[in-house]
Amino acid sequence: MSAPGPLRVVGRSVRRTDALEKVTGRARYLSDLELPGMAHARLLRSPYPRARLLGVEVARARAHPGVHAVLTAADLTWCEPFYGPALRDRPLLATDVVRYEGDPVVAVAAVDEATAVEALDLVEVDYEELPAVMTLEEALAPGAPLVHAGEPLAGHFSDLSTLRARPGTNICHQFDYARGRGAGGFAEAALTLEDTYTFPRVQHYSMEPHGAIAAWDAEGGLTVWASTQNPFSVRAELAKMFGLPASRIRIAVPLLGGGFGGKTYAKLEPLAAALARVAGRPVRLQASVEDAFRTVRRCSARVRVRLGFRRDGGLVAVQCDADFDVGAYADIAPRVIQKGTYTATGPYRVPNVVLHSNAVYTNTTPGGAFRGFGVPQIAWAVESMMDVAAERLGRDPVDLRRQNLLAHGEEFARGDTPVDGKLEESLSRVAEAIRWHQASAAGRAKGVAVMMKASVAPSVSEAIVRLHADGSASVLVSTVEMGQGARTVMAQIAAEVLAIPLARVTVVPPDTSITPYDQTTSSSRSTTMVGRAVQDAAADVVGQLLKIAAAHLGVPAGALAVDDAAIVGGQRRLGYPELLDLHFGMRGGELIGRGVVAPGRTQAPLGGSTPFWEVAMGGAEISLDEETGAICVEAYASVADVGRCINPQQCEAQDEGAVMQGLGHTLLEEMVYEGGVLLNANLVGYRVPRAEDVPARFDSVFVENADGAGPFGAKGVGEGGLVPVSPAVGNALARLTGIRLRELPLTPERVWRALRARRDA
Amino acid sequence: MNIIPIRSSCSIRVTLNGRPVELAVRPEALLLDVLRDRLQLKGAKRSCDMQVCGACTVLLDGAPVSACTFLAVEADGREIVTVEGLGTEERLDPLQEAFIDHAAVQCGFCTAGMLLTAKALLAEDPAPTRERVVHYLRGNLCRCTGYRKIVEAILACAHAR
Repeated sequence: MSAPGPLRVVGRSVRRTDALEKVTGRARYLSDLELPGMAHARLLRSPYPRARLLGVEVARARAHPGVHAVLTAADLTWCEPFYGPALRDRPLLATDVVRYEGDPVVAVAAVDEATAVEALDLVEVDYEELPAVMTLEEALAPGAPLVHAGEPLAGHFSDLSTLRARPGTNICHQFDYARGRGAGGFAEAALTLEDTYTFPRVQHYSMEPHGAIAAWDAEGGLTVWASTQNPFSVRAELAKMFGLPASRIRIAVPLLGGGFGGKTYAKLEPLAAALARVAGRPVRLQASVEDAFRTVRRCSARVRVRLGFRRDGGLVAVQCDADFDVGAYADIAPRVIQKGTYTATGPYRVPNVVLHSNAVYTNTTPGGAFRGFGVPQIAWAVESMMDVAAERLGRDPVDLRRQNLLAHGEEFARGDTPVDGKLEESLSRVAEAIRWHQASAAGRAKGVAVMMKASVAPSVSEAIVRLHADGSASVLVSTVEMGQGARTVMAQIAAEVLAIPLARVTVVPPDTSITPYDQTTSSSRSTTMVGRAVQDAAADVVGQLLKIAAAHLGVPAGALAVDDAAIVGGQRRLGYPELLDLHFGMRGGELIGRGVVAPGRTQAPLGGSTPFWEVAMGGAEISLDEETGAICVEAYASVADVGRCINPQQCEAQDEGAVMQGLGHTLLEEMVYEGGVLLNANLVGYRVPRAEDVPARFDSVFVENADGAGPFGAKGVGEGGLVPVSPAVGNALARLTGIRLRELPLTPERVWRALRARRDA
Repeated sequence: MNIIPIRSSCSIRVTLNGRPVELAVRPEALLLDVLRDRLQLKGAKRSCDMQVCGACTVLLDGAPVSACTFLAVEADGREIVTVEGLGTEERLDPLQEAFIDHAAVQCGFCTAGMLLTAKALLAEDPAPTRERVVHYLRGNLCRCTGYRKIVEAILACAHAR
């Protein structure tokens, strides 16, 4: 193919391909789907954080009119009842014990939800309450009650073959990494700082709660419509549980009403499938928001960090010991703790490193993936302490960071991808956008923070592009549309490479029986990994078109070019429909292109080399109401190194949303437990950011050097913007008041108490 | 505990998206369920169930209400507008256009509620200030966009009038 001309579709803020259906109310989500004869399910959840099940009496529920199925653990003899992507530690329904307030005990499917609720009221469960571990301190205390007694089976996630539980404790996985002289490196430090920071349990609050509809066909095949971010992982889980070949299971994914990591891996799908099998009809299991709070959350953490600096400000050693509270079941938390801890050194050059983290079970809602995947918890500690270090060293916080930034092309860790962005440029842009070098008005102060995150590796994404006889194209990928705009981006990439209008491209919704394998829609990876697969698949089609044209025109393919839905060579111009007609000898047939992105295993510490480094930097300017302790974020600047924006407007939208979600856990959000019970599993007690919480001045800045591994030099975006928010705001608060808070969220009460403690001191 | 269900029903007449509709509803039926399950109008979404998030917002005699906590019988004799009643097949409502142009739509789950709340605001105040828009959106949550693009879309639409 000849050298590409200027881009037509990529790099432009085209309208989202799903915008029209969404503004007209025609968009269909899981909860909008109905199947003939479909039953509706409800779950009976444990009211206790930990209890022995002495008896579960369901006879009256079974006899209730309108009930199609009542399931307890005792009924699940016909399938493998345990699941979980890292550890198969989670039963479909509680067996002998319940492990958190909200653990499902009985599932009912009935003609409608009201009848299912009536039936659940007829169930009698005899619990013997047991002492629970609600905090990291309790869970890690010697002799603590064990959330899980036996050793669970390994899950299907390939790169967790090295799961390291500590038997006899509540630790289900440990991560260790060291380089250089490890802790010995602190001998070279002129300044050593050590401190502990904590990060709360927070909830994704996707506006659409989890849901699944399952239906078995007459041949024993299973179809599940699911609000999931990774249908193939759900398929693998169901295949194992129900003893089916993958080909007999179909996972179809409608539009998602938000995901943010909370819809990764199997959640309600296994229960919906089991209910549907017993009910002998399709079953819908639709969670409420209260249920979602008892389905998954972000792993909370206690992070102890030691930073060692030379006299000149160079980082010489970093030590991080982190305990992540992963709740009652491991879900994907073992990966969260290692991914989060791995980049504890931030985007900095550090010769001596020793990192250790534990995934700790507690009797709380399971912790799993959530935008940032462990990095926000660690960055809150490390980036707060970078500012403490700057103060102790008498340095400007931006300058100290600049001195330590890794250079473009420099190694982050042996075997992993070298730094693929110009970090200094990002730092300069954030300093500029937040007006770092201008004095703040009285009563205001600024703070900055920086981060770097690895994406999941190894991973696989495949794409198929079909060029139809009329010259329009279908793109088959399993990327899930959860609001991030991925379907629009995939259409843009295909339209660009095929040189056809965007309106001639259709992106087929994810369906494991139709669309090809993709590991997961998470980790900010879709544009880079799936996008590249689409680019390759479209290029494959173009290659076939060139070959057909070359044969017909009797010229080498190299002499031909692609232009506006045609192949051109000299004076000749052959439109795609004409070329397909020539090729097939009739008006029919189609060209199929394939793209596979599968970088495979490497010697990198996490088993694969990150396809790109997600780099995000943030600057906050705050004011404070000293009477109430309320922080107001007056201005925020977010800088993301995205390589190239495929759709600048959607990149902005992702970044703005990430920052606002970060402001949530920074200022407002925390799941509060008392007496083993979650007190605020609703939107009244759990406050998420509203429109009025948006900073008055907000800048979203993109660094675009086309240096990413994705299509057209793109890299991932979407998670990064969230990460620097907490330390940037915390650093601003410290610069404004001298008060350094180590516990999130920075609620008015916490700030007010700190102000008062200082006044009284 | 046994809940004794009420199975009797009441007849209500409403104007729904400009058309008269008469239907029998149970006295405890929520407007959201009637719209979504009986009338197949799926644009209003169920999320928080407690009148906080605004995903189920519909207009009742022009005022935004949370259909998730509103009894269908109380709509008797009144005019209901759902997102399906905005614009026409040929021409979108200017707010719908503005939401598309400003990328105020991401996952779309809040969109219907946002549009209808904005519709009510602009009917009340055709040229609201930014502060007014932000304040008016207190009852509508969005977890994707960060709100800025929604506010911009509403303001652009207001200014264009």
